[in-house]
Amino acid sequence: MTRISVTVDGTSYTDEVEPRMLLVQYLREQLGKTGTVIGCDTSNCGACTVHLDGRSVKSCAMLAVQADGHVVTTIEGLAVDGQLHPMQQAFHEQHALQCGFCTPGMIMQSIDLLNDNPNPSDDEVRHGLEGNLCRCTGYQNIVKAVQAAAGGAS
Amino acid sequence: MTATEQRPTVEVGSPRPRKEDRRLITGRTRWTDNLAFPGMLHMAMVRSPMAHARITSIDVSAAKESPGVVAVLTGADIDAEQGSLPCAWPITPDQKAPPHKSIAVDTVNFAGEVVAAIIARSPAEAHDAVELVDVDYEDLPLVLDLAAAAAGGDLTHPDLGTNISAQWIFDSGEAGTGNNVEDAIAEARDGGVLIERTYRQQRLIPSFMEPRSVVVDPTREQVTLWSATQIPHILRLMLALTCDISESKLRVVAPDVGGGFGGKLQVTPEEVITLVAARRLGKPVKYTESRSESLMVAHHGRDQIQKLTLAAKADGTVTGLKVELLADMGAYLGLVTSGVPILGAFMYNSIYKFPAYRFDCTNVFTNKAWTDAYRGAGRPEATFAIERLMDELANELGMDPLEIREKNWIKHEEFPFTTVAGLEYDSGNYEAATEKAKEMFGYDALRAEQAQRRASNDPVQLGIGTSTFTEMCGLAPSRVLGSLAYAAGGWEHASIRMLPSGKVEVITGTSGHGQGHETAWSQIVADKLGVAFDDIEVLHGDTQVSPKGLDTYGSRSLVVGGMAVLAAADKVIEKAKPIAAHMLEASVDDIEFSGGSFGVKGTDKGVAIGDIAFAAFSAHNLPDDTEPRLDSDATFDPVNFSFPHGTHLCAVEVDTETGGTTVRKYVCVDDVGNVVNPMIVEGQVHGGLAQGIAQALFEEAVYDDAGTLVTGSFVDYLVPSAADLPHYDTDRTVSPSSTNQLGVKGVGEAGTIASTPAVVNAVVDALRPLGINDVQMPCTPHRVWQAIQGADGATPAVASSEQSVAGTSGGAE
Repeated sequence: MTRISVTVDGTSYTDEVEPRMLLVQYLREQLGKTGTVIGCDTSNCGACTVHLDGRSVKSCAMLAVQADGHVVTTIEGLAVDGQLHPMQQAFHEQHALQCGFCTPGMIMQSIDLLNDNPNPSDDEVRHGLEGNLCRCTGYQNIVKAVQAAAGGAS
Repeated sequence: MTATEQRPTVEVGSPRPRKEDRRLITGRTRWTDNLAFPGMLHMAMVRSPMAHARITSIDVSAAKESPGVVAVLTGADIDAEQGSLPCAWPITPDQKAPPHKSIAVDTVNFAGEVVAAIIARSPAEAHDAVELVDVDYEDLPLVLDLAAAAAGGDLTHPDLGTNISAQWIFDSGEAGTGNNVEDAIAEARDGGVLIERTYRQQRLIPSFMEPRSVVVDPTREQVTLWSATQIPHILRLMLALTCDISESKLRVVAPDVGGGFGGKLQVTPEEVITLVAARRLGKPVKYTESRSESLMVAHHGRDQIQKLTLAAKADGTVTGLKVELLADMGAYLGLVTSGVPILGAFMYNSIYKFPAYRFDCTNVFTNKAWTDAYRGAGRPEATFAIERLMDELANELGMDPLEIREKNWIKHEEFPFTTVAGLEYDSGNYEAATEKAKEMFGYDALRAEQAQRRASNDPVQLGIGTSTFTEMCGLAPSRVLGSLAYAAGGWEHASIRMLPSGKVEVITGTSGHGQGHETAWSQIVADKLGVAFDDIEVLHGDTQVSPKGLDTYGSRSLVVGGMAVLAAADKVIEKAKPIAAHMLEASVDDIEFSGGSFGVKGTDKGVAIGDIAFAAFSAHNLPDDTEPRLDSDATFDPVNFSFPHGTHLCAVEVDTETGGTTVRKYVCVDDVGNVVNPMIVEGQVHGGLAQGIAQALFEEAVYDDAGTLVTGSFVDYLVPSAADLPHYDTDRTVSPSSTNQLGVKGVGEAGTIASTPAVVNAVVDALRPLGINDVQMPCTPHRVWQAIQGADGATPAVASSEQSVAGTSGGAE
């Protein structure tokens, strides 16, 4: 077991973890952050996307020990005092989710995308999200939501 | 109580953002895999790497000694408890089916079948011990090729003596719904047009985003099973029957479920094994599959060979269609495996009026994962066949594909129309949808551009594909299901509880997993009872809360389940009337209800429904012999299917130098009748389109010669990303359904059913000048390029579909 200290959604945690434990397993099983989900085992689907020091990472492709000393934000840490993040609000208003399983990762990646490119074209949004799979929406409303959030932020 | 004052506007028809979104966008969800209980154990599966083998020995001793392992179960260990997994659809009285064990006992019949289950204190410890189970296998002959399996030779299940599970025939001449198709074919041979093709419906994997998960808690009187399932009610009954447990001792819960698409319409080995293990050990047990396991063993879809003969007169009037189908069941029959092709049997004639039809389906076993429902289930295959054939007929006669369709389709003034397959289509307007779609698409301009590119020999050719589809949905009238030998009915149930505070609980037997039932059902009830949208809570997916229902699949939830909700609301109003009359000191005959308030005709006296709910609760002053409650139940059994339709137009650019296909424009105008929430409807269409386009261009489950699934991860199984898919231009026409009071039709499967042929027709249309008349799905750059290379020169190598089946299979068979 290895001792790690991680800040997740604004709270500091110090825990003993198995060296082989994935970050997503640490979040879900040890911290109960079940808003972050696991959709595949090859880092293709992006459902587990979180932010590490403000940049998106797939938490299934990273060990918990690698997060030692870092700051993690999950979908559960986005809303502040019950106020939805603009990206969450945009996903709701644009009907950018159906079953909602890919949504946490999709929202985290979308925020990262806008951080890099505050006014993306349709094509730039689509390529910026190609590491995140959705089986329900056909993506069109997700693209709309990201652009709506971009418009709201600018 | 002044519920009416809180009402915004009319709810039905309004694009309400969904009430289920809040928990999903904040991560406060309850997926099955999120559940944890004190002392909960974790299960992992030992799966067969062999596709067909006899199990000669299983050594679990090392696994049992592994740290954290509590138990190891083999097929022999639990055979007395595991029963045989159910098939609810014996399509013929003599349908053959092998025993379907959750854990294989003697033989394994496809790669991935469970041969042992490890139960340990942690998931990691369970997975570690999987590696320690030593299984010896003795090879058995592999049956992997569908056509060869149908022809005989080696057997998937030697005990059955055949690879044929069943043969099912519909013949319009014999059924009295039309003429004899052989006569039509003979006539066409003599001066008419005969189009003979063989199409391959490749094997697909539903690929819901949430891997399946099941948790069983055996620690109360009722064993509770949570599962990522579409069908909690059917699952409860089937598990009780399979495992010989009293149905009343089992509670099934479908919490938040991350997509299904038919893939979670199943009674799975994993559910049975988890149930057996938890009951044995007396502790909660969880099993969650990995994505690789999911792709390998969660049931697959499609996988048919369609031999088609279309007969027409020289003027393009279709006179008959003969369908000879081979359908790959895989190794076993799942819940509705055998019936999936039969759901297509009634749809090959689609929107057309031709008078002769024969459908002859042979269901065949192979050593592959079993197939079952996948979005559209039988109807996409049928629609693909007829819509591809209509394009081929148009090409043969030098006609426009839309012109040939219009010549043959049912005119709007001809409804209701009884088809050659014996269904009565109640409503539709194919002219209107097509006209609108053509205009949105810029059809004539794109045809002109196509002509110009052909003339200039542009290396990037433009193709235009059409698909004018219909489907039968709203499954289903119980009598019809009975006549097809399906084991259950097709009704749906709903309850409405009027709470003392004026809030309303709607309990539905449908089990939404992304469809937005909580929002749409609230909209229906808000209008009907005149209560605020936010004052309505929709409860579902738990057999203890919603004790009666038939769940969600087959575009049925609104058409059947929504109608049950409406009927229950009607009963609430009827129950409230005598109480209102009593409170208003009027005669019941003089009471009228609107906008959430009961009034007395010709007066301004009124009482809100919430006040009546409280009066019923307190029961201090009710009329004599009045039950003190407004709560009502209703079960709705549809009298007919509903028949959405639409016109889909697709333009693709095919790079003849690379074989790459890009969808340039996609337009669809769907007619799904009246609409409760247009935003949800549009979302359903988008998602359906994505899956249909994916069948046309990207997805295929591929097995190698050893029966191993090669596309066993998302690296190889190409679920498209946002970058792979186009923008969709969608619109609607409205021909209200007359088969239900809401006037609604289904929408969940429409996009998937319609889009696949539109895209493939476009790809083929782009390549026509090269003498190519088919590209087998998925139309990958490799296959398109191969078709072009073969076509280069005097003899088109892909001049017929049959050649393309043999020549460009890309290793699938």
